Amino acid sequence: MLSQESQKQIDREVAKYPAEQKQSAVMAALAIVQMERGWLSNEIIEAVANHLGMAPMAVYEVASFYNMYDLAPVGKYKITVCTNLPCALSGGVHAADYLKQKLGIGFNETTADGRFTLKEGECMGACGDAPVMLVNNVRMCSFMQPEQIDRLLGECQ
Amino acid sequence: MGALGFILDAAEGERSWRLAEYVKRGGYAALKKIVSENIPPENIVAELKKSSLRGRGGAGFPTGLKWSFMPRQFPGAKYVVCNSDEGEPGTFKDRDILRWNPHMVIEGMIIAGYAMGCARGYNYIHGEIWDIYKRFEEALEEARAAKLLGDNILGSAFSFELQAHHGYGAYICGEETALLESIEGKKGQPRFKPPFPASFGLYGKPTTINNTETFASVPWIINQGGEKFLELGKPNNGGTKLFSVSGHVNRPGNFEVPMGTPFPELLALAGGMRGGRKLKGVIPGGSSAPVLPEEIIMECTLDYDSIAKAGSMLGSGAVIVMDETTCMVKALERLSYFYFEESCGQCTPCREGTGWLYRVVHRIEHGQGRPEDLDLLNSVTENIMGRTICALGDAAAMPVRGFLKHYKAEFEYHIQNKKCLVPEDVQRAGSGFFKVA
Repeated sequence: MLSQESQKQIDREVAKYPAEQKQSAVMAALAIVQMERGWLSNEIIEAVANHLGMAPMAVYEVASFYNMYDLAPVGKYKITVCTNLPCALSGGVHAADYLKQKLGIGFNETTADGRFTLKEGECMGACGDAPVMLVNNVRMCSFMQPEQIDRLLGECQ
Repeated sequence: MGALGFILDAAEGERSWRLAEYVKRGGYAALKKIVSENIPPENIVAELKKSSLRGRGGAGFPTGLKWSFMPRQFPGAKYVVCNSDEGEPGTFKDRDILRWNPHMVIEGMIIAGYAMGCARGYNYIHGEIWDIYKRFEEALEEARAAKLLGDNILGSAFSFELQAHHGYGAYICGEETALLESIEGKKGQPRFKPPFPASFGLYGKPTTINNTETFASVPWIINQGGEKFLELGKPNNGGTKLFSVSGHVNRPGNFEVPMGTPFPELLALAGGMRGGRKLKGVIPGGSSAPVLPEEIIMECTLDYDSIAKAGSMLGSGAVIVMDETTCMVKALERLSYFYFEESCGQCTPCREGTGWLYRVVHRIEHGQGRPEDLDLLNSVTENIMGRTICALGDAAAMPVRGFLKHYKAEFEYHIQNKKCLVPEDVQRAGSGFFKVA
């Protein structure tokens, strides 16, 4: 079930740890697989478990504990908005409201065309850049005023 | 950046993080000196003790003392771990250190490995700053290619390997034993202490964990001497420190200033209050630190001792500034939601208590508060504090106490009048998001 490319990338992560500690690569492995497939199904979690010699439940525990893993399908672009206090003081909550209104969805919902999912995030460690949002877990967008948000939505085709 | 800043001095342009640029700024000189002169490890620890460098992650524990806890004669693997899992609301300094000066952290970690006899290290990087994680991996490759990492570093007998490990969205992993569990490929749930990581750490081996900024301070101390570092700050509070200023200021960002700098100077560096509005209160050390009203914080100097005396803590140096447009009940509601969301669920007082705190503050904010709610909040905090494995429980309780202590009248107004003391449109204008509104 794991693609050749995913396996290669996972094995590079496994090499970072002592030989008897393959399990240490599980977080990276789940991130790699999620980036390739968009979300983590039970089947793919089991495939990661088999690859790392772990019990599937142990991998599921990790996947369900850390909140950047998605255990259900999300849109092509998952936008996570930080609404924590430092961001909120500089418009984080207002930016989220603006996105909800633009996309016509609430948090944890996906647009009908499957393009966008909106998530509420917790502190991303970039409070000086508020409002801050993260696209598909990898692209951090800073100083997101209405014009910047409009541009971002336009880029996400 | 203050004139004395050395950690963020490099923040000039995109290329400044590269190895060649770091070497031009005098980088890796400390490591070269150590391996070429065969400096005894205990001398390095002694120099750190002299510097009064205190852990920059929030606890402020003396770094030299921490390093001296590592069993020197222990046979087998020992580990150095860097905590770059920066997720305490208000804190964003490690991101900038790794963005502009990753090699300074790498050099600090290699020196730590040398001083404590460790052959391996990991830097655990916050999952949300993915580009920074990728950059750190690139910096590691540069260091390996230059023989600064790996076997026989710079031709010496000393070998050290360093890797990056990313988080994936769990605040609790900033707690050091949760972070170790996470590197081991498990849920990030804190361990009982003792045993402390120095005796039972990563994979059950002796381990020392320090914050990114702490490691970044080490090469300077080796180059310039511990005494000089101490002189940068004030007694018992050595060095410069990065302060992350966020909220209602004109120029949010990181500012590196000497320990003991008066708070009004930092506020001026951050461009002063946004729109010239009046300062209401400041959370001086990350969201877990009790809030201090204007009249108290304006008299404080920025060091562990002064802020502690004022009834709060310096913590990670995250300064959250709130002006008169802030509803303090709403502010606390945001923070309480955070701790409720991020509690790992292991200890009942924290798992249940954080939910309770959030729900009560939420109902006060939404006009459904009851007169007895303030006593209830205090009683819930009492039943959390000191009753959990890690500090997250206390971290959730302390802001509640701070807000109730200094802004009780605002909470009472909410309960009695079922609305905010600060009108909705004033709050809305305060965020600066709706420019034309």
